[in-house]
Amino acid sequence: MIKRRPLIWGKKTYKDITDDICELIETAPGPKYYMALLGAKSVFLFYLAVMGTIAYTGMGLMGVNSPVGWGTDIITFVFWIGIGHAGTLISAVLFLFRQKWRTSIARTAEAMTVFAVMTAGIFPLLHTGRPWLAYWLLPYPNQRGPLWVNFRSPLVWDVFAVSTYATVSLVFWYVGLVPDLATVRDRSKGVWRKRIYGALSLGWTGTGRNWNNYEMVYMLLAGLSTPLVLSVHSIVSFDFAVSQLPGWHTTIFPPYFVAGAIFSGFGMVVTLMCLIRALVPKFKHYVTLDHMEVMNKIIMATGMLVGYAYGSEFFIAWYSGAPYEQYAFINRAVGPYAWAYWIMITCNTLIPQIFWWPKARRSIPIMFTVSIFVNIGMWFERYVITVTSLHRDFLPSSWGMFKMTFFDFGVLFGSFGMFFTIFLLYLKGLPAISIAEVKPVLSVGREEGDKIDVHQ
Amino acid sequence: MSINNIVTKLENLLRSETKSCFVGIWTDEHQMIAAATKVREHGCKEFDCITPFPMHEVDEAVGISRSIIPWVTFFAGLAGCGFGLWFTWWVSAVNWPLNIGGKPMWSLPAFIPVIFELTILFAALSSVGAMFALNGLPKVDPPVIDPDLTCHKFAVYVLESDKAYDKAAIEKIFSDHGAETIKMAEI
Repeated sequence: MIKRRPLIWGKKTYKDITDDICELIETAPGPKYYMALLGAKSVFLFYLAVMGTIAYTGMGLMGVNSPVGWGTDIITFVFWIGIGHAGTLISAVLFLFRQKWRTSIARTAEAMTVFAVMTAGIFPLLHTGRPWLAYWLLPYPNQRGPLWVNFRSPLVWDVFAVSTYATVSLVFWYVGLVPDLATVRDRSKGVWRKRIYGALSLGWTGTGRNWNNYEMVYMLLAGLSTPLVLSVHSIVSFDFAVSQLPGWHTTIFPPYFVAGAIFSGFGMVVTLMCLIRALVPKFKHYVTLDHMEVMNKIIMATGMLVGYAYGSEFFIAWYSGAPYEQYAFINRAVGPYAWAYWIMITCNTLIPQIFWWPKARRSIPIMFTVSIFVNIGMWFERYVITVTSLHRDFLPSSWGMFKMTFFDFGVLFGSFGMFFTIFLLYLKGLPAISIAEVKPVLSVGREEGDKIDVHQ
Repeated sequence: MSINNIVTKLENLLRSETKSCFVGIWTDEHQMIAAATKVREHGCKEFDCITPFPMHEVDEAVGISRSIIPWVTFFAGLAGCGFGLWFTWWVSAVNWPLNIGGKPMWSLPAFIPVIFELTILFAALSSVGAMFALNGLPKVDPPVIDPDLTCHKFAVYVLESDKAYDKAAIEKIFSDHGAETIKMAEI
């Protein structure tokens, strides 16, 4: 019989779990945390300045122009939305498949989803050039006719998909937090601390009837989030696929985008988990090397899925016999943006192959490096899709090039500051591992012989 | 008046009424489940367990039936779907019909993504709303019987208003199953 390895290391008791996870909230974090927060916050301030300048002066500061009308904003929007998908996959899809290892990483992965979608949401608004009129995207009765939105437009589908995704992810994450916030409330000493966590926990007591309804709603949200997450990146891909442009107008886009999203999202989860393990050594007992190994396997599998999609695109372009379609793909691989294309191929399909070796899957430095490459590669994937298709379309007389300016680099770099600032504040303020979900899996993989008393 | 006083007054104003109950507290969940089963056999109805994490054994021991939330989800999803269908049709074909690329005014296939998202949104938010309503959340500052009940301890409580409430008998069940603490409390 194949023995299950324990999910939680270190022979913990229920009380140990609560103590370990709450420690970060209840004590002053070390200098490493403050250094990280200071760095992230500085980049965030820089981001605000760059965005403010763009909003005040105008979109001319950025590289978008004819013929490349979609630039860094759309590329980075798709990048961040994709990052979010792994969080929902871990919290919802793995929950439905009863994958118990998800419990240790679900909370932080979901938090990553919420923050990544927040970061992503800013980009399309900035791209409109007049972010103060963002509410025009929503259908509401107005004095202009009323002039409604065009429900046939993929961009309107995107507004609905992303805002629904943001709302449902936030609610799902918060529902998961409620019992843990009650735990923090009951442990807190100070009056205000008790009040704040008491208010956030909504007065949760944890009776059997409470848990019965709670578990039901958790499962329903998981069941609703699963088709939702697939729909969101499908709809993001419709932004491209519904147009008539060679390189965009392909039926493979929805599954290809979803696979890429999960791939990049797991890359980011591994990056964040490596950082958390370094920042809070106690979490190594919860987010163990076994967890990291499973995630690395998923990275390799989804990396090969996107590799297959890259190959399939080329095959279909050749097989279609359409000269424009064929040119679009040859231009990607050997044209002026070949460097971006080959960065994408290297980072997304070649580098993750190192995970065939178990040693590489279980080595923190290697997986951290690979996860960074995955993130770089997936940003370049969206760059290649967006820019190479737009810069040379049907008429050679209207061909052109896309050049990123300081402001393009500024928003791209700055968005990481926003994401990491919120993420670090979350680590300090909320339980970063789901206390109530980890406790029931404590007995998994514990042998009868060393069955220790979980009650102490 | 300091902020502290204002908040305390506000809390007192919003706090719901509590009921008194008889509680046994364990650190071993199996003993607690056994005690809960016995309390149910004794004939109590208004009793429940308090656990730091969800336990399926509690549903059986206390006799909690399947949650009705899935019905809320279903009908809310249906409502979201219906609303989406009606709204996209009314906007595009009735209130302000615009000829866009010669497409039909009511181009249903193109409206499906929006209708789908509205279905999910209505279903998800209503389910969470139903969970809050059924659990009586949010509750302002409910009494905490024992702070360890959200950490590593397990409790069974019987409301005094229960028809089969018999303090001596329940106390015997609790102590027979090795309850650590047995006391009266508010919930």
